[in-house]
Amino acid sequence: MNPNPNIDFSHLCFLLFLQKSTKFFERQLSMDARRMSRAVPRVRQVGFFTPNTPAQQPQPQSAAPSSESPPLSDSPASNSLSPVMIPPPRHLSDNLGGRTAAVPVPGREISGELPTVGSYNPSESVLWLDSPPRSRIGDEELSEGAESSLGWYRRSDSAKFASSLPSGGFNLSTAKHPESVAAVEAKNPLPEQSEVQKEQASSSKPLKAKTTKAERRALQESQRAAKAASRAEANKSGTPGGAPSSKPMKQPPQKKDGPPVASSIAASERIGVDRSVEKERKKDLPPPRKQFDDESRGGRAKRRSVLNQPEARNRVELFRHLPPHKNGTQLPSLESKFFELHEKHPAVYKVGLQYLAGDLSGGNARCIAMLQAFQEAIRDYSTPPEKTLTRDLTSKIGGFVSFLIECRPLSMSMGNAIRFLKSRIARLPLTLSESEAKTTLCSDIDRFINEKIVLADKVILRHAATKIRDGDVLLTYGSSCVVEMILLYAHELGKQFRVVVVDSHPMLEGQKLLRRLVVKGLSCTYTQLNAISYVMHKVTRVFLGASSIFSNGTVYSTVGTASVAMVAHAFRVPVLVCCEAYKFHERVQLDSICFNELGDPDAISKVPGRVDVNYLDNLTDKQKENLELLNLKYDATPSDYISVIVTDYGMIPPTSVPVIVREYRKEYLLI
Amino acid sequence: MDFQVVVLAGGNSKSLTPLVSKDVPKPLLPVANHPVLYYVLHQLEESNLKDLIVVVEGEDAGLLVGAWISGTFVDRLHVEIAAVPEDIGTAGALRAISHYLTAKDILVVSGDLVSDVSPGAVAATHRRHDAVVTATLCCVPISGSSESGSSGGKDKTKKPGRYNIIGLDPRKQFLLHIATEIEKDTRLQKHLLHAVGQMEIRSDLMDAHMYAFKRSVLQEVLDRKDTFQSLKQDVVPYLVRSQLKSEAVLSGIRQAEEDGNEKVSFPNNQVMVSQILANASTPSFHELYSMDPDGSAQTRKTHKCCAYIASSSSYCVRLNSIQAFMDINRDVTGEADHLLSDNVIGPSPKLGTKTTVGPHCMLGEGSEMGDKCQVKRSVIGRHCRIGSHVKVVNSVVMNHVTIGDGCIIQGSVICSNVQLQERVVLKDCQVGAGFVVTAGSEYKGESLARKEK
Repeated sequence: MNPNPNIDFSHLCFLLFLQKSTKFFERQLSMDARRMSRAVPRVRQVGFFTPNTPAQQPQPQSAAPSSESPPLSDSPASNSLSPVMIPPPRHLSDNLGGRTAAVPVPGREISGELPTVGSYNPSESVLWLDSPPRSRIGDEELSEGAESSLGWYRRSDSAKFASSLPSGGFNLSTAKHPESVAAVEAKNPLPEQSEVQKEQASSSKPLKAKTTKAERRALQESQRAAKAASRAEANKSGTPGGAPSSKPMKQPPQKKDGPPVASSIAASERIGVDRSVEKERKKDLPPPRKQFDDESRGGRAKRRSVLNQPEARNRVELFRHLPPHKNGTQLPSLESKFFELHEKHPAVYKVGLQYLAGDLSGGNARCIAMLQAFQEAIRDYSTPPEKTLTRDLTSKIGGFVSFLIECRPLSMSMGNAIRFLKSRIARLPLTLSESEAKTTLCSDIDRFINEKIVLADKVILRHAATKIRDGDVLLTYGSSCVVEMILLYAHELGKQFRVVVVDSHPMLEGQKLLRRLVVKGLSCTYTQLNAISYVMHKVTRVFLGASSIFSNGTVYSTVGTASVAMVAHAFRVPVLVCCEAYKFHERVQLDSICFNELGDPDAISKVPGRVDVNYLDNLTDKQKENLELLNLKYDATPSDYISVIVTDYGMIPPTSVPVIVREYRKEYLLI
Repeated sequence: MDFQVVVLAGGNSKSLTPLVSKDVPKPLLPVANHPVLYYVLHQLEESNLKDLIVVVEGEDAGLLVGAWISGTFVDRLHVEIAAVPEDIGTAGALRAISHYLTAKDILVVSGDLVSDVSPGAVAATHRRHDAVVTATLCCVPISGSSESGSSGGKDKTKKPGRYNIIGLDPRKQFLLHIATEIEKDTRLQKHLLHAVGQMEIRSDLMDAHMYAFKRSVLQEVLDRKDTFQSLKQDVVPYLVRSQLKSEAVLSGIRQAEEDGNEKVSFPNNQVMVSQILANASTPSFHELYSMDPDGSAQTRKTHKCCAYIASSSSYCVRLNSIQAFMDINRDVTGEADHLLSDNVIGPSPKLGTKTTVGPHCMLGEGSEMGDKCQVKRSVIGRHCRIGSHVKVVNSVVMNHVTIGDGCIIQGSVICSNVQLQERVVLKDCQVGAGFVVTAGSEYKGESLARKEK
């Protein structure tokens, strides 16, 4: 995904130097805000290549794209009034509607610029996570928002901001390098950067000297925690079949997180916050995904599974670790077992069949269908004698889930929903009777659907509609239900705009969307993905849906989304990704190789409705051995190409995703 | 899985005389030494369906079938036998037991089906599409018809009449047209064609008479249309015909569903959720048709009629004629021997010297054969006594048959307790139970049965 991952540091410096000369001129022109905004964090990162500042990951995050147009960046006050603020997480009791209503939506239109995005104000959120050892540190040092807005000079005097993102920052370390690689565009002068380095070095020294006994002990404990965390991280991101390009980038930051290199600053900061968070995170962490080229595990999975695994022949080497596609060939064998799978509830079974047959696709729809099936299963559930509801139901749901996974790998959103449901079951008070517990769970599921999906969509479309102006040409790719709602909503509001629906083979989902839009009276243009660079000239906004958004801001979405975003970026067209916050995931993913989903490989060699296009059919078996068909379902769009993410908590820069994950994940598990 | 299984076992079938009689009702007609009903029950048992309702025509037949089932599937199956009056047709039989039906969906299987099509697959297709009716279609066995060409001209002329004209949508999922009896012309509905766009008409498919019905709809149709006699000829074609304008058929149910939705506290959200789900799923032509031109509300009521097409490798034949009986006997001992769980040759047949038993044969236990006999592609039942110099080719010999020396039997069915005296030559004959063929007589293409007293 990364345009040029192997660029080295010296090269970078050289480029920076080159661009320095043009800086003044460009400022005068007050050029594209996005370019500027990207420039600022880039250079900061350059400074962080020094070995003893390992935990400074939050910075790329704290850089809010567009918040710093040159005049603004001089005044810290202007930035604290950022247009989109994430409200403090103290109001846990607030329901979603109230909370989102509190998010101020920027009403002003910034012509020729990006949709407004602001930096969040994390000082409050940091306080919320505060713990005794940390309270030593002054609040103003932690207030990262202020730092980022102040730029270099102010920030450098506080070396302790490092852990202001206790949970999210950790993951981000892996994301740091690729972003910095893209810093070719950075425009800040070199001297500034060296200054930063100097200052950071000086500020870290005295701190090291005055460690007390308590501090040392704290340090030790934090190191232990960090070790455990790095192990968990290694587990999570371990990708045997993964891309070679991603590996070298991943390794160094992980090592840095380890205890031996970790500086005292980072360590002492992490204590307390980290340990509790870490513990919880370990619980929350999804188990490492199955790698299908792993012999021993594959064998075990095969024995357990309801479906037969198709053989791995004729599958692209690089993607052998992904679960093979099961449609078509597996349907009969599953069908014939219809009556044998006693323990599967019919509703769950039906949903599974629909996944398998491809009758139901789309993240939201799959999630809703799954939750509704679970709801039905819970309604029909009765606790067997000598078992408790909590435990038995959890294992039952687990059985359903593994069945659904066999039908089709889960999407991130579904994973989050399942976690929610399981935590709800686990938290059921023991005093509740069975029927009460069941009704509680059913209403919980209803609430999840209503608040996290339906209401979230409503909020998103209100937000996004503010970004549609008369005369706009909006481009969308594939068929995203949120984007469709946005377009229809804006149309209802009476805005005059045109829509370009870009589609791609073999799903041709865009046609369905197109039909619904045209029926509603929107004026549309339909084109295929390969014509994207031609249509992009006229487009003023790109609206994209997402299957999931990762902590590093990477958008995981239907294959082709990345190219659309990249082209849009090249044409300086703002890219708005619309995604409900329940789809956010704390995982960090840099490429679309480690985790992806394989589609039906035969689908790409066929043209629907054209039986005569069958050039691959009459190959002999021996020739077919040389042929590998690859039909990937998803790709990962780097956060660079994304201007703003429209979510139910407001419009945020991609760098703010971990904040949402950190601050709201707990709360939605608690609901 | 909320399915109820009804096996329509039938009673006395006119097309199978003289093979079936009062003592041997159709369900108990032995096919390769097992009653034909055994194959269906065995198949259902394999699919883990153990609660069955077996509907038999006639009280006497009901008693016989009940006795046999309780003897064979002692504690493996839980079977309820329902005896219904004769000649009320399949629809009538279902109407008669309608009050037993409680599950959401009903699987109706004909008792004379010999197949390895999994009932689960039919049920799964039914559920996946939320269909009103799912019919199982299978390819007409090509090998059977070609081979049977040798065995008689009268069946040959009959054959084309058994084909069905079946219309399918391009994705072969939905049933658009079904005509079981060939008339001179058949009518297609214009609006249906218009809605689907493309229809595939096939005559090489056979209705296997294994249906999954939505119970509520089935009961309503049966109540409303009390002239309907047969599932195959009346009920299923009616449902298929009316799938785009399902008149009152579904109104009651839809209403109930909508009422159910109203109760939920967020009606508005519910609409949105269903909208999301509807948009995400691949719409069938039913949904497209039922929408208004502007795509908003569903105004027209539709229901789905699905087809499950068994793969061509699976075996599926109905025993509804003597020819089919012969074919099944041959296939079960031959190519489709996986239908039988036990061994083909009984434990202790006594064979005389120089007697040869060719492949695809079955010998029941306790049968004795004399010297220099030849048996090819035939089934011989239990406790038969066959003399020497007997040739049995392409034939079925049931239990307790005595065959004298020097008989030649080709392409014939010989029922139980028949006595063939010496040097009888039979070709393409059916000999009813208890008949005695006098010595030296020759018959060709005849049906011999004892006169009813």
